[in-house]
Amino acid sequence: MNNTSKLILIALLAGMVAVSGCNKKTRKAEGSDMGDGVSTSGTGTEFGPDGKPLGDWQSGASADLLSQTRIYFAYDSSELDVDSMAVAEAHAAFLLNNPSTRVVLEGHADERGTREYNLALGERRAQSVADVFIALGVSAMNIDNVSYGEENPVAEGHDDSSWHLNRRVEIRYDR
Amino acid sequence: MIFRSGHKKIFSFQGYNIARDKILKMKLSNMKKLAALLIILSGLIVSPAQAVLTIEITKGVDVGIPIAIVPFSWDGAPVAGESMTNIIEADLTRSGRFDSIPQADFLQQPHNAKQVRFKDWRLIKADYLVVGSIRQAGAGTYTVKFQLLDVFKGNTLTGYQYNIQSTKLRNVAHRISDIIYEKLTGEKGAFNTKIAYVTVEKTKKGKRYLLQVADSDGFNPQTILNSHQPLMSAAWSPDAKKLAYVSFEKKRSMIYIQRLSDGKRENVASFKGINSAPAFSPDGTKLAFVSSKEGNTEIYVLDLRTRAIKRLTNHHGIDTEPSWLPNGRGLVFTSGRSGQPQIYQINADGSGIQRLTYSGKYNARPSVSADGSLMVMISRGNGRYHVAVMNLRTKEITKLTDTQLDESPSFAPNGRMVLYATEQANKGVLAAVSSDGRVRQSLRFLQGDVREPAWSPYLR
Repeated sequence: MNNTSKLILIALLAGMVAVSGCNKKTRKAEGSDMGDGVSTSGTGTEFGPDGKPLGDWQSGASADLLSQTRIYFAYDSSELDVDSMAVAEAHAAFLLNNPSTRVVLEGHADERGTREYNLALGERRAQSVADVFIALGVSAMNIDNVSYGEENPVAEGHDDSSWHLNRRVEIRYDR
Repeated sequence: MIFRSGHKKIFSFQGYNIARDKILKMKLSNMKKLAALLIILSGLIVSPAQAVLTIEITKGVDVGIPIAIVPFSWDGAPVAGESMTNIIEADLTRSGRFDSIPQADFLQQPHNAKQVRFKDWRLIKADYLVVGSIRQAGAGTYTVKFQLLDVFKGNTLTGYQYNIQSTKLRNVAHRISDIIYEKLTGEKGAFNTKIAYVTVEKTKKGKRYLLQVADSDGFNPQTILNSHQPLMSAAWSPDAKKLAYVSFEKKRSMIYIQRLSDGKRENVASFKGINSAPAFSPDGTKLAFVSSKEGNTEIYVLDLRTRAIKRLTNHHGIDTEPSWLPNGRGLVFTSGRSGQPQIYQINADGSGIQRLTYSGKYNARPSVSADGSLMVMISRGNGRYHVAVMNLRTKEITKLTDTQLDESPSFAPNGRMVLYATEQANKGVLAAVSSDGRVRQSLRFLQGDVREPAWSPYLR
């Protein structure tokens, strides 16, 4: 199977995965059956009570999401926004369909503030993504969290755009 | 200027420095050539050039104690390095408590108390006078004598003699600075101490991180760890013989304790998740550290004798950056439990958590002075992360710096100065500020970025 067809298959399977966003403080199980084997659950604060419909996912869109391996965060936050959640969900689907694949979630922070606090923040960001994966059924055994804090920036500037790029979780697959 | 016999030797000694400085400037003007040269020479250089750093006083004071430091007489073979009087003068000036009178104003050049004509020093308004001599005693050994005199009273306040190896001349200069400082301010000096810090250089193979230990003025740097992965959070043991630090050499954060004398080290925390922010207890028997091994980032205490580990905090918010109170009975730390980083205090048994900071939305990385009266931290204000100090009795907070990205503040063991990392022209530099904010200086290294400084305790 070539890469493209593999991705399309993954994307199709992704649409069938039960999805829930998850936040440690606001973990809720307000599931709603949407038919066709797809069910969602809301995350309360982040998505509203109705959850985010996934039934109309396009395979191309999903492949596109899977090609995104960085999830970005707001300042001093470890919460996933709607766009980040979609990326996390696509990767969770991939992992569910490739149960022997291990993933490393590498958390990072921007340079502002203290290094140890940022190391903890990077860990928290990685854990937020791991929580989404686990809630979607990915085995915790297959997930490794690593935090580099502010030590490994991708952008070296000292401005908002660099800081935005550096507040991230990198999703890395062990191959 | 009056130069008496015997001074030629001093100046030949200093001439060595001038020549070295010229070489340095030449090298600086040819950085590319220097880089190529360094690659060729890197295998040959035994000890790094001493002038790897420049100290620049960026904020001074108008009033200090007026002191005249007469160049010590030199009798013996010249030794590479700076003159002791220059070191003493630089130390005292950096403290912000002294005003050194220019040598050009001196009317005489005495080297011991007997030679001093006090009226000559009253005339140029020196309150105190330092005189001394250096004499070669044997191969590579020297006898250093100095005296501190009260110009107004016309008497000698103190004097010492040291018999030392030539390699210890800098250290003795710092010890003399300490004695002068203590005699004239009533407080212990902290010049004869060390600093630890991390340098980062970009190489063709990626970044190179060096954990280094140097004299308190940045000289005599020695590398104690060399890694291609990040290093951070250096913390001194109270006897100044060991450093704990965080290394990513195994691709994630782990805590090591390394003995400085022989470089022997031990991995003391490599739990799942992060291992970070080590801090020795004041009696050296325990190490507070941070781990996420149980899910949340919590503070733990490792008993270094029994190896027992005790969890201190328990909250889903981030708890990190523990720092012991000088009496060892409690710690201060950063917690995100209120929704933003603020500083809290906790008893060493995990009881009695109490919030210390309420102003501003970001207060982190606390460290308490040895007398327990002041706490230094990083505070955010107007989008800048600067060094601030809190009076622990009145809870009053004073901003010490106005730079943008300050980090890792630590007190000198006498509590009078704070060493921290900041940024100048896109480069990490070390800087120091007096605890009252009146004097500020930057220590700029020629090699790459510098970060994560930690000031040692007193050397025993």
